[in-house]
Amino acid sequence: MQVLQLVISGIAQGCIYGLIALGFVLIYKATETVSFAQGELMMVGAFLGLVLMTMLGWPFWLAVLATVLAMGLFGVLTERLVIRPILGQPAFSIVMLTFGIGYVARGAITMIPGIGTETHTLPVPYKDQVVRLGELVLNVEQLVVIGVTVLLCGGLFVLFRFSKVGIAMQASSQNQLAAYYMGIPVQRLNGLVWGLAAAVAAVAGLLLAPITFVHANMGFIGLKAFPAAVVGGFGSLPGAIVGGLVIGIVESLSGFYLPEGFKDIAAYVVVLLMLMLKPNGLFGETMRKKV
Amino acid sequence: MSTDTTPLLSARELSVRFGGVLAVNQVSFDVRRGEVFTLIGPNGAGKTTVFNLISRIYTPTGGSIHFDGIELTQRAAHEVASMGVARTFQNIELFEHASVLQNLLIGRHTHRRSGFWADLMFTASARKAALHDREQVERVIDFLDLQHHRDTLIAGLPYGVRKVVELARALCVEPQLLLLDEPSSGLNVEETDDMAYWIHDIRREYGITVLMVEHDMSLVSKVSDRVLAMNQGEVLAQGSPAEVQVHPGVIEAYLGSTHDLSSLRRPSA
Amino acid sequence: MRFTFKTRYEQDLNLAKHGGHRFWYSLLLLVLAASPWLISEYALAQLTFVLIYGIVGLGLMLLAGFTGLFSIGHAAFLGVGAYTEAVLVNAGLPFPLALAAAAMLSAAVGVVVGLPALRVKGMYLGISTMAFGFIVAEVFARWESLTGGNAGLHVKAPQIFGWALDSGVEFYFLCLLLAVGSTLAVLNLLRAPTGRAFVAIRDSEISAQSMGIHLAYYKTLSFAVSAALAGLGGALYAHMIKFLSPDQFDIIQSIDLLLMVVIGGLGSVHGAFLGAIFLITMPQLIGAGKGLLPDAIGQAPGLKAAVYGIVLIAFVLFEPMGLYGRWLKVRTFFSIFPFYRRGMFKRQKSFQKSDRLR
Repeated sequence: MQVLQLVISGIAQGCIYGLIALGFVLIYKATETVSFAQGELMMVGAFLGLVLMTMLGWPFWLAVLATVLAMGLFGVLTERLVIRPILGQPAFSIVMLTFGIGYVARGAITMIPGIGTETHTLPVPYKDQVVRLGELVLNVEQLVVIGVTVLLCGGLFVLFRFSKVGIAMQASSQNQLAAYYMGIPVQRLNGLVWGLAAAVAAVAGLLLAPITFVHANMGFIGLKAFPAAVVGGFGSLPGAIVGGLVIGIVESLSGFYLPEGFKDIAAYVVVLLMLMLKPNGLFGETMRKKV
Repeated sequence: MSTDTTPLLSARELSVRFGGVLAVNQVSFDVRRGEVFTLIGPNGAGKTTVFNLISRIYTPTGGSIHFDGIELTQRAAHEVASMGVARTFQNIELFEHASVLQNLLIGRHTHRRSGFWADLMFTASARKAALHDREQVERVIDFLDLQHHRDTLIAGLPYGVRKVVELARALCVEPQLLLLDEPSSGLNVEETDDMAYWIHDIRREYGITVLMVEHDMSLVSKVSDRVLAMNQGEVLAQGSPAEVQVHPGVIEAYLGSTHDLSSLRRPSA
Repeated sequence: MRFTFKTRYEQDLNLAKHGGHRFWYSLLLLVLAASPWLISEYALAQLTFVLIYGIVGLGLMLLAGFTGLFSIGHAAFLGVGAYTEAVLVNAGLPFPLALAAAAMLSAAVGVVVGLPALRVKGMYLGISTMAFGFIVAEVFARWESLTGGNAGLHVKAPQIFGWALDSGVEFYFLCLLLAVGSTLAVLNLLRAPTGRAFVAIRDSEISAQSMGIHLAYYKTLSFAVSAALAGLGGALYAHMIKFLSPDQFDIIQSIDLLLMVVIGGLGSVHGAFLGAIFLITMPQLIGAGKGLLPDAIGQAPGLKAAVYGIVLIAFVLFEPMGLYGRWLKVRTFFSIFPFYRRGMFKRQKSFQKSDRLR
């Protein structure tokens, strides 16, 4: 029973990791850049939701919608202003740029007078509720995380499989030059992908907030999403979620069964094991240069 | 010219499979010492794949390759150069952010005489080795007329010059066997003529055996001793350039009908 | 404008390419040697930090800038060196032995961290180094009997047979000596086959292999040397700050190190020191500028992060060649005035140079 409890909370945490990992896999697939800013975008999304719900008093659903849309817009703007000019530079520089974006986001949040430097609770309607299934006590917050993740993944699946935009994104990610030739507006799509990734991060932030509270250092949780993406295989969207779940569950179990400290590094031990055994991750593609 | 008549390179029933595709299928051939041996065939025939098998970038799924009597498939990719095989790449794999001189010096890696600690402290012996390397590299620069470009970064060089630098780098390895992957692709008529002379000189002055992949039939006829035609991973025909070029199977693979190839040749020099 | 007329190969081989080089660098050394009598004690301490971070930067520059292997967990090596030095010196070992041990142990850890490099590349390697970084930092925190854990560890001054280097000036000269030595060592490596092999691996692994370069050996070597330098820097760092705690070697420190080499100028030895100067002077500048900003901004705990972020973004967008690149451009502008053209240093963009199998 304890195990099941731990597994479920691990799945919930894993869904958060998976959502953030989804964000960078999306960006990686589209533009071959790795964005270390996802964690901070999640944090900004949580703060935005907080401001809308508490300071402006907007109803829950409106605040959520507005947050997701606003963050999506922020992602598009970021791509337009900061990422597009540097495409073509070595990958490392672009990665450093995303670190910079994360830093600025973190610093800027702490400058907001009053709320930036403190920890807050997000007033969600399902706060502190529990559901009892026989002997299991399940946090509704965790169930919401899992539920929303499933819905979001379903939505993305439909988007990529059936919609023109989704198929165009896939085409552009596999061969940018050919996509240009086919009249696909690659640059606009890249902007859209960044927007989508930021929106997904915002969702993750809103889901995480009830569990860990909203504070400026929330973004560091996002660092664990990288091992999730690697475990799943960097070019694979379902892999990101699966990787996240694996990390989440391992973390949850090791927090309980292993000595102090292992919980913090569980994610990293898992990724190292994965790199040793199956370097391309669970669903990753074999990368080899053709000469 | 060596009097040893055993083949320098010999491939036997060489095959490699990538997923479901049989890229190279039971290919066998010998390259004799001192000759210029050319692989021809339409795109996708598997010629560069054969090269990649010899340089051990890929591992064959069947068959064997012997170089100077040694079974190559047992060796690692980086050991091939020290055994005496150097290659150029179809799409130019030079070191972009280094100068021509540095690229050529890297070519001499298999002849390095200074270990890590000597390098770290740049001892007298490391200095001597460095000067010796420089002298050898300058000989190659002289041979291929690259003096103007010695200190230029590769990123700033035109395509034709880069091809020559690829060749120069391979020569700095001081190989017994030189693998040239489409040496004339992207070169104009004069540059291709230069290439033909260089291949002749490489064989004559340095005694290097050349195995080459080529599409330009006039270059093939000018320099090759023997030709192997491939199509879809298999051997079509083997023999002298003249023999292979009139082979009906070869003509069909290129043109799809029995049509004389001579219309494809440029007015010969 | 200077034209070097070359008559001997040695001119290309020597570190100082011409009289001007020899003059300016000798002058620099002279000024550095005379610093304790030219600047205040506080400034000397900052200069010592610059030298220490410069040593660490040299190592990271060798690994990331010259071999193309990205290490997002480099603070781990810094920490290994620092803790090793602290433990050994506290136990009474003479400092030359302690420093050597710190460097060697860091090198050994570097070899282990570099193992994934033999199988994976690029981002995957970066993530694995980040993973190692977190794990090592956690080990520092948990191995309380050795490192004092989160409570911290005091570090005694370096000593050898009774003579302790506990004055700022003495320690400064030690750091200066080691910094000059490390720089020469790295420059030597770069003009020798070892360094060329590193550059070859960065630019084209397949090609490097075809030229006979044993990838596994050189990648491991690069990690080892880079870690050794970071360990050496860490050991000196331990003596400077005199009190170690595991959170000094976390991911923020690792990213700061990366920031240092990127802003300094990736791929140049000068960049390591220019980046170190940036890293040490930035907090001072921020501190000085705080008073000028409105309270909400000036007193925010995230001010340093925001400023660093903006500077990093600015450099990547506008000066990808870093401080050294900017210096080269300025120098060229003046040396060939008025013929300087705007695009002279433009690097060619490489789009979607994907390593994916099509």
